Parts: sequence; C-alpha cells; structure tokens
Amino acid sequence: MPDSIPVDSVGLVSPQFIHIDTPLSLESGRMLLQYDLVYETYGELNIQASNAVLICHALSGDHHAAGYHSLEDKRAGWWDNLIGPGKAIDTNLFFVVSLNNLGGCQGSTGPTSINPNTQKPYGPDFPIITVVDWVNSQAVLADKLGIRQWAAIVGGSLGGMQAIQWAISLPDRIRHALIIAAASKLSAQNIAFNEVARTAIKGDPDFHDGHYAEHNTAPRKGLGLARMIGHITYLSDEAMGKKFGRDLRHDSLNYDYDVEFQVESYLRYQSEIFAEHFDANTYLLMTKALDYFDPAKHFNDNLAETFAEIKAKCLVISFTTDWRFSPERSHDIVNALLSANKSVTYAEIEATQGHDAFLLPISRYHQIVGTYMKRIISEEES
Amino acid sequence: MKKLRTDLQIIYDWIPSGARVLDLGCGDGHLLTSLQQRNVTGYGLEIDNSQIAGCIESKVNVIQADLDLGLPQFSNQSFDFVILSQTLQAVKRPDFLLDEIIRVGKQAIIGFPNFGHWQCRKQLVFGGQMPISKTLPDSWFNNSNIHLCTIKDFEKLAANKNVTILKRSILNHSHKDSLGIKLAPNLLGEIALYQIKKSTV
Repeated sequence: MPDSIPVDSVGLVSPQFIHIDTPLSLESGRMLLQYDLVYETYGELNIQASNAVLICHALSGDHHAAGYHSLEDKRAGWWDNLIGPGKAIDTNLFFVVSLNNLGGCQGSTGPTSINPNTQKPYGPDFPIITVVDWVNSQAVLADKLGIRQWAAIVGGSLGGMQAIQWAISLPDRIRHALIIAAASKLSAQNIAFNEVARTAIKGDPDFHDGHYAEHNTAPRKGLGLARMIGHITYLSDEAMGKKFGRDLRHDSLNYDYDVEFQVESYLRYQSEIFAEHFDANTYLLMTKALDYFDPAKHFNDNLAETFAEIKAKCLVISFTTDWRFSPERSHDIVNALLSANKSVTYAEIEATQGHDAFLLPISRYHQIVGTYMKRIISEEES
Repeated sequence: MKKLRTDLQIIYDWIPSGARVLDLGCGDGHLLTSLQQRNVTGYGLEIDNSQIAGCIESKVNVIQADLDLGLPQFSNQSFDFVILSQTLQAVKRPDFLLDEIIRVGKQAIIGFPNFGHWQCRKQLVFGGQMPISKTLPDSWFNNSNIHLCTIKDFEKLAANKNVTILKRSILNHSHKDSLGIKLAPNLLGEIALYQIKKSTV
C-alpha cells in the first residue's frame, strides 16, 4: 500500500456493476441472454460526452486499470503509470472507462459465473467470446454510459486488437484508435505458444474437462505452467539477462533438480501467484480470442480493404525488442492504413523489455501517448 | 506560424494546394504543418526518435521509418509529390532512393547541399580538409552526410535514371538567388532544389 495516495493517482476507486438483459449474439452463433459487466471510471464525462476514453485490457488484465481499491491495496491498477491526473492519459481532461471483458474472471460474466439455466458455474460451457463480441458488449456499455462516440480507444496487445476491431466495426463511434504492441492477426508461432499453454492447462489432472469447480479444485499446476511460458515470451532475452543473469538462488550449485537459478525461482513464484487468482477456463478463452482474431478474413485477407471504412485516426506503437507482437506486425497495420489512405501515425519505441514494455513507464513511449492525447483535445477545441 | 527556411519556402511554393504529398525525413513536420493551411495532405517519414512527438503535436501524420529500406509501404504513383529535403546525402544508396521516389511520386522535389560550392572547394584544395559551412556544419567524423554530391553529380545521376528535371532553383549562402548563381550554379550555389518526374519513354 502507498503511505499516501500519490497526487498523480486517480486515488481510491470502486468497481461498478451493470446488468444487461438484452441478449448478445456472439460471433460463434451462440447467444448470451444476459450478462454483467464490471467497470471502473476515472475523471469526469463532459457535457457533450466527447471526452470518453475506453481502455481495453489484454489477456490477463481486468477493469482495475488505475488507482487503488483501498488504502490496504498493495498495488495500483495495471496501467496506473499511464492513467491519472497529469499523466499521459490525463484524467483531468478525459473520462476514462475500463471494464473487465466478457469471459473474464474478475467480475464480468465468464466461466466462473453461475449459469442461470443450471444454477452451476458455466465452466467450460461458457461460450467462446471473440474480439468482435467484446466490441459489441463494450458498445452496449457505452450506450448505458451515454457515450455515443469515444474520443479514443486505447489498448495494448489483445487490447490493441479491440481498438482495431472498434475502428472497423463501429467507425462512427471512435475518433482515435491507439493500437499498441498489437497485430492484425496472430502468427503461426504465436498460435503455437497459445496451444502449448492450453495443453498445459488441459493436461493437469485437476482440470476435469473444465469442470474443476464442481470438484472443488483448480488446475493450478497447468495454469501456472501456461503462465510461465507466456511470461517468457513477454520478456526479451536482454531483459531477462539484465534482471537475473545467471544469479544463483543459493551460494553454490547443489547438483540436484531443485531450483538453482534466480530466474527459475522468479518464474515459479509468479506463476503460482497467477494460478491462485486467475481462472483456467478464462485463460483458455482469452487465448482462443487471440487466435481467432483476423478481421481481414472477411475481406479476402486484404487488410487495406478491411480498413476501408475506418474513420478513426490511428496511433500505432511498437517496441523494438517485442518478439511476441513484433514491430513487423505493427508495420502490417500501418502499411494497410497507409494503403487505405487513413490518418495514421507510427512510432517504434526503443525498449529492452520485450512485449511487456507496453505496460512499463518508458518515458519516450509515454511522451508519444501524452502528446497524442493532447492533440485529441486540441482537435476537439478547434 | 513559424517562418519557413528559404529552401523550404521554395518547396512550399512549388506544391499546389490540395496536393497529396510524402515528406521524406520530415523532421518535426514544420513543412507539412505549413502546407496543411493549403489543404495539402499526406504523411511524413522520419527515423529520428526525438522528432516524432513534435510531428504529433503539429498534427502531422508521421511514420517512423528508415529511408534506407526504400518505400515498400507505398504503391506506385500514389502521391502527387514526394519531398526529400536535405536528406539525399545522408542515405546509404541515394540512387536506390531516387528510384523509389519517382516510383511512388508523380513528381518529386529534391533539395541537397551542393558540395561543388566554391567554399567547399577552397577548404578542400587550400585547407586540405573536409569542408565545414553553415549548410554542412559538422565535422567529417560526426556528420550523417555519407554521400555528398555536387549539382553536376546530381544532374548526371538524374540523366542516367531517366529523370526529367522540371524546375531548378539554386540558392547561395544567404539562401538567395542571384545573377552569379545563374552563370555558375555549381560554383556559387550552396543549396540545390529540383522538381523532377520520371521521364516518359
């Protein structure tokens, strides 16, 4: 917990819940008759409702993007370094909305929620949710909040995919898309990493075909292993080398199969913590949403054609050492936007931290985002 | 609005209102910002990290990119004008970039410091040292000008590349045109500006 709330923090925040009983048609053909969304807001919506910013989270994120839930809170929200009064996404200027996506496990309806038909947790029976479905559910939330058009939609990684999908699906409802460390579709290598993660989860004897809740257990080993693999791919060789090198856990080598190096200890610890508070079915669902995302599939695999109706101005950002969502994938997005003659700005940030860089307070990165957000305000005024 | 440097003012004057342009090595985007008043649209390309935020502030659509890789992201004849100001001498293969420029642009404007200027010649011939001037202010070991050329050199390359020169403007050290420059451009001109296009065969 912080001794006192920092002045550039949004401070204490409380999650809000909204129940939607309008059925949501899903891309898979299935239907979600009713659902809850949990979200947080920071800053004030102006009278014209023109200063709203939607934050889209990535694989393991949630609605708690900034501020603290209580003074006992150990950590601020996951994007607290970017969002707050005077920060790059300035809550003195913008009304920021951050939600937990459908299929999540932090409060919005997902596999851990009770299925009203069976009065048991959905578990593996929860329908697969795609990026398109998230955009549609986020639009419902926008309606409820009185936001006809977002000033900006901001997302990193899987969150960036949602910003792209918004710009394609609902071009009149988004003025700017900030697409950070994202891709227009996953590469085979990326899908392969996700499949390894899913295999780890499904191979855990406690998985019970996804019905682990009914057995009062959870596939923590499998989920932890999935997270470990993910974690390695989010970092760069250089970042790991810098953080751990070949530092030993103890003074000397033990020549056994227990943890010898600090990096092993770190990975085990992080994955155990993750597996304690995250739901395995949600993890499976999120990796599937990543795999399925490919908006160009409806446009003969032509990304420029896919972007033809986009009205949003786009800021695309990549990080030099990100190999999971490499700068080349951002180039794909930028080049297609250029071919479609759209308003686009692209910055490649030198960073050693790999894919994780999008979550870190890298000054040039935050300067670019902050300058762009100010430009949004000045366009509004002119 | 910041007053444009004389060579940029000439480029500004050469671009018709409403044109679609690509500014290669656009810096902080001040040329494109000025051109926005005349409804000129397009993009700036810039490699320098420190310049990108300036472009964003000026509402210039900037793409961080390395010109040495060419312009593969742009299709043939997709811009009315491609602008390359004071950057030709800093790329690895000016000939390759020139090919790319006339592929992507219906027309192009190229501006570069003339290494044939008498002061450059004087410093090299009598001083025995690489020239330093207002247009070329850095020492040989720390400047990014790896392919300096003269007006004569450029026009020879243009002829080899089937490039048609539509307009030429040669400026002296105070960035002005003069009678002397008209008579001996390669000796008295400090900055050369060309409006070019691909020759039709």
